[in-house]
Amino acid sequence: MAEFRMPSLGADMEAGTLVQWLVKPGDRVKHGDIIAVVETQKGAIEIESFQTGQIEKFLVDVGTKVPVGTPLAEIRAESEAKPAAAAAVPPPPKAPAEKPAPAAPPPVQAPVRPPSPPPVAPPTPVAAGARTSPAARRLAEERGIDLSTITGSGPQGAITYADVERRLGAPAAVPEKKRAPAAAPEKKRAPALNLYAMRTAIAAAMARSKREIPHYYLEHQVDVTPCEQWLAQKNATLPPDARLLIGVLALKAVALAARRFPAFNGFYRDNKFEPSEAVHVGVAIAIRGGGLTAPALHDVDRLTLDELMARMRDLIQRTRAGRIRSSEIADPTITVSSLGERGVEALYGIIYPPQVAIVGFGKVVVRPWVIDGAIGPRSVVTMTLAADHRVSDGHAGALFLAEIGRLLQEPDKL
Amino acid sequence: MTNIDIRKVVQEELNNIAPEVDMASVDPAADLREAIDIDSMDFLNFITAIHHRLGIDIPELDYPKLVTLNGAVTYIAAHLKSGKD
Repeated sequence: MAEFRMPSLGADMEAGTLVQWLVKPGDRVKHGDIIAVVETQKGAIEIESFQTGQIEKFLVDVGTKVPVGTPLAEIRAESEAKPAAAAAVPPPPKAPAEKPAPAAPPPVQAPVRPPSPPPVAPPTPVAAGARTSPAARRLAEERGIDLSTITGSGPQGAITYADVERRLGAPAAVPEKKRAPAAAPEKKRAPALNLYAMRTAIAAAMARSKREIPHYYLEHQVDVTPCEQWLAQKNATLPPDARLLIGVLALKAVALAARRFPAFNGFYRDNKFEPSEAVHVGVAIAIRGGGLTAPALHDVDRLTLDELMARMRDLIQRTRAGRIRSSEIADPTITVSSLGERGVEALYGIIYPPQVAIVGFGKVVVRPWVIDGAIGPRSVVTMTLAADHRVSDGHAGALFLAEIGRLLQEPDKL
Repeated sequence: MTNIDIRKVVQEELNNIAPEVDMASVDPAADLREAIDIDSMDFLNFITAIHHRLGIDIPELDYPKLVTLNGAVTYIAAHLKSGKD
């Protein structure tokens, strides 16, 4: 019998509130299936199962806040299925499926660590009629609260226990009310995102980073004209949904370079560096209204550019809708932050602990550039590296950045 | 499809990307990327949505023509028409 536990979604997480079960006892689950929603400082996170088997029973009630590591449910492995019971349980209805993620073919090569590609077709998280969690409904009934007057903060606007609590004026983990005046107009914002809580999480992680990590910074300018030309040619024949963005080339180049320079890919924990075999790139995603989060794209070094683009599109959409998965929050091994086509030419990142490096890309600008002794206009981007001096130093950092730049000269080989 | 209908579709699709923006208050001649704060992924999603909804092809080279509300309406109107001829 395996236990499904409250996962740790980052070094700073101590506890989480079980908001909703998306399965019921008797349901079969497999590795990667989303089976519960947990509310954390980072917002509502969809939690994936690490086991394959059958849900035996729930150990924690919806609405309960429990420490990381607390068993939430028992899962019976396939091999130990009770013969009698197994027959009685109908197979779970095929989830109608959000469109089969354009993204998730299995990694091409056998990954070294347990693979965690986003599941292809997760069960639709909130069934019709499930827009209020049972615990929230119970609490509201007890206290005479009209649910229609509450704006849900759960997935797809589901009303959570915490929402009802807030309405009652019960002490919430974070002083929600303070955020109202500061934040941008909130109407119609993705319901699961609580920007105040997100800011609190950013503050905690960044303060810890600045306190503990001796950063050093490097910058390097790279001619990305070859990338632009290659993309223009490739995209010209493609429908919009298949077109690539330059950011995808940058992600892939960073991932390939990180594989060659392991001192920038992994975690610094308990006074030592643990390099990671897998390259899970955290992608800094801005949230409208002023939030930031950097969930992981898994095994970026092993994906084709097309796969990577599809996954990035999916990840950004889900992140902005407040539907991040636990595996995406927990395990980025390096972060990439990109300012896109607007904004400024360089950004100096702050490492997200326990990672040891963050690579920044400024906007692409046209600059006079010398090629073969002649000056001409080229598209240039400024890349930066902030890295952890406990693990690497500037010499290695310079080689790492230069490698990324070199890879971007041959986009067709990425 | 009249220009008014097209403008409505464009505004709806932009609102799907930037739900908090009151599209009626956006200067129709302003660069949308600045006016409603959309990035390159947002813009690609907008182009994709227009492609699916109205069936017109918008090559990358034409993106600059669609970066304002007025520009997008004019471009789409012209291409819907030529598609029918």
